[in-house]
Amino acid sequence: MSKRKRSQISRWIQYAILIVVAAFVVIQADWATLAETFLNLEVAAGMFPEVITVALKNTILFTLLGFALGLVLAIVLALMRLSSVGPYRWLAIIYIEFFRGLPALVVFLVMGFGLPVAFPGLGLNKLVVIMVALGLVASAYMAETIRAGIQAVPQGQVEAARSLGMSSSRAMVTVVLPQAFRIILPPLTNELILLTKDSSLAYILGSSVAGRELAALARAEIVNTASLTPFIVIALCYLAITIPLSYLSRLLEKKFGSVGRPA
Amino acid sequence: MKNRTGEPIIRVTNLAKSFGDNEVLSDINGEIYRGEVVCVIGPSGSGKSTLLRCINMLETPTSGTIVVDGHEMTDPDVDIDAARTRIGMVFQSFNLFSHLSVRENLTVAQRHVLRRSKAEANRVAEHTLERVGLSEKIDAAPSSLSGGQQQRVAIARALSMNPDVMLFDEPTSALDPELVGDVLKVMRSLADEGMTMVVVTHEMAFARDVADRVLFMADGVVVEEGPAAEVIGDPEQARTREFLHRVLNPTG
Ligand SMILES: Nc1ncnc2c1ncn2[C@@H]1O[C@H](COP(=O)(O)OP(=O)(O)OP(=O)(O)O)[C@@H](O)[C@H]1O
Ligand SMILES: [Mg+2]
Repeated sequence: MSKRKRSQISRWIQYAILIVVAAFVVIQADWATLAETFLNLEVAAGMFPEVITVALKNTILFTLLGFALGLVLAIVLALMRLSSVGPYRWLAIIYIEFFRGLPALVVFLVMGFGLPVAFPGLGLNKLVVIMVALGLVASAYMAETIRAGIQAVPQGQVEAARSLGMSSSRAMVTVVLPQAFRIILPPLTNELILLTKDSSLAYILGSSVAGRELAALARAEIVNTASLTPFIVIALCYLAITIPLSYLSRLLEKKFGSVGRPA
Repeated sequence: MKNRTGEPIIRVTNLAKSFGDNEVLSDINGEIYRGEVVCVIGPSGSGKSTLLRCINMLETPTSGTIVVDGHEMTDPDVDIDAARTRIGMVFQSFNLFSHLSVRENLTVAQRHVLRRSKAEANRVAEHTLERVGLSEKIDAAPSSLSGGQQQRVAIARALSMNPDVMLFDEPTSALDPELVGDVLKVMRSLADEGMTMVVVTHEMAFARDVADRVLFMADGVVVEEGPAAEVIGDPEQARTREFLHRVLNPTG
């Protein structure tokens, strides 16, 4: 049998398996109940406009605040991680390993219930707590991404900058970080996607009606309506954020993928 | 050879440099005077780049002193950034800032380091770019230029700081052969204008024609030095002769 023939046959077998699995699912599923539970249009319609004006808005707000804090922390951590000062390096490593090793849920629980107890005088509102929890979760991952980006900038770029009389911090700000950011823009966009999903953990902290993000709203609606349709509605909302972001990430990768090599 | 009067612009005393156990430079001494063009030749690994990089402290010497323009570079308390602005450096791999345009490459250090106004930095950039014959490329991106053009922009970038001395580390080694000439022409015109230059190179014709003095290095020491005609034309040391023979007759 020729090689081409063999791979053709194996392709047909793969198709056949897929069709059998799909057919099994279609035949076995109880479509009537499924539609009733997950696709109740009345329930879906009842969620508007709050699902957009409150919940989606809050999800985006939490994500962006967490991302902003995480980015600032991550840049500082990455610079500490690459510092020639030993204690800075160790601190950064401990922080990064600590927060990367914890489930986001645990960070939320500890921050959500710990921060207000630890700093009662600050009168921390929920938004700040959520922002800190998301920022901590994001910063450990982003710090490693940024460190890799900085290290991907060729050493010759720094040497050229230093030879022109730039201080090491000036060279970092003017030459290294701008080049590093082009390299890490796609992975940072991916981090934004992950964070969008992590923001759903805010529901475990409880919230006022006006403070609900998508996941919290869905839970409330499910209790009210005894239908699982709200899950489908918020799933579509998450996808409406994450799919464009992942498209953007691929676009950036194409545009900047070649930058960072020596000119 | 140019008349060597006054203080040398570069004075190297008992310079040694090791990387771990590997002693790359041992007890180097020498001066370079204002307006001199000195070419450094020698086999790969002999420490030429390391010597050049020690002069502007891109490498920290293990021992010895380096004085440039009256500033002791090896003094731990020297303002190294200020001292480096007087020393232009041109690298084998150009090292243009890849995220900036040609104009920005030429102005960024003028603005941030010398604190020149935008207008003045631009004026200087336009002028130095003209000196290297690339005025029309001022708004180009480095990646759109040929290697020879990139290296000329790199020379212009260094010149924009109005250095007193220029260091070149194999400026034509990464270039396609047909682009080497343009870069050497720019360097030759710089030499004619009286720029003090230290050039590590394998271009023997350039060294013979342009250099006032040639240093031959091997195994981290200066084996032979003197006027170009003598060191290249009629070397005294056997190692110099052997090296030149290999460089000038690469196939035989
Ligand atoms: N950063 C470094 N760390 C460790 N060893 C180094 C470093 N830089 C240079 N060396 C070593 O120092 C020696 C001299 O290197 P150098 O680059 O000065 O030689 P060179 O004369 O410029 O050679 P070439 O003609 O190949 O450029 C080599 O053995 C090299 O491996
Ligand atoms: Mg070298």
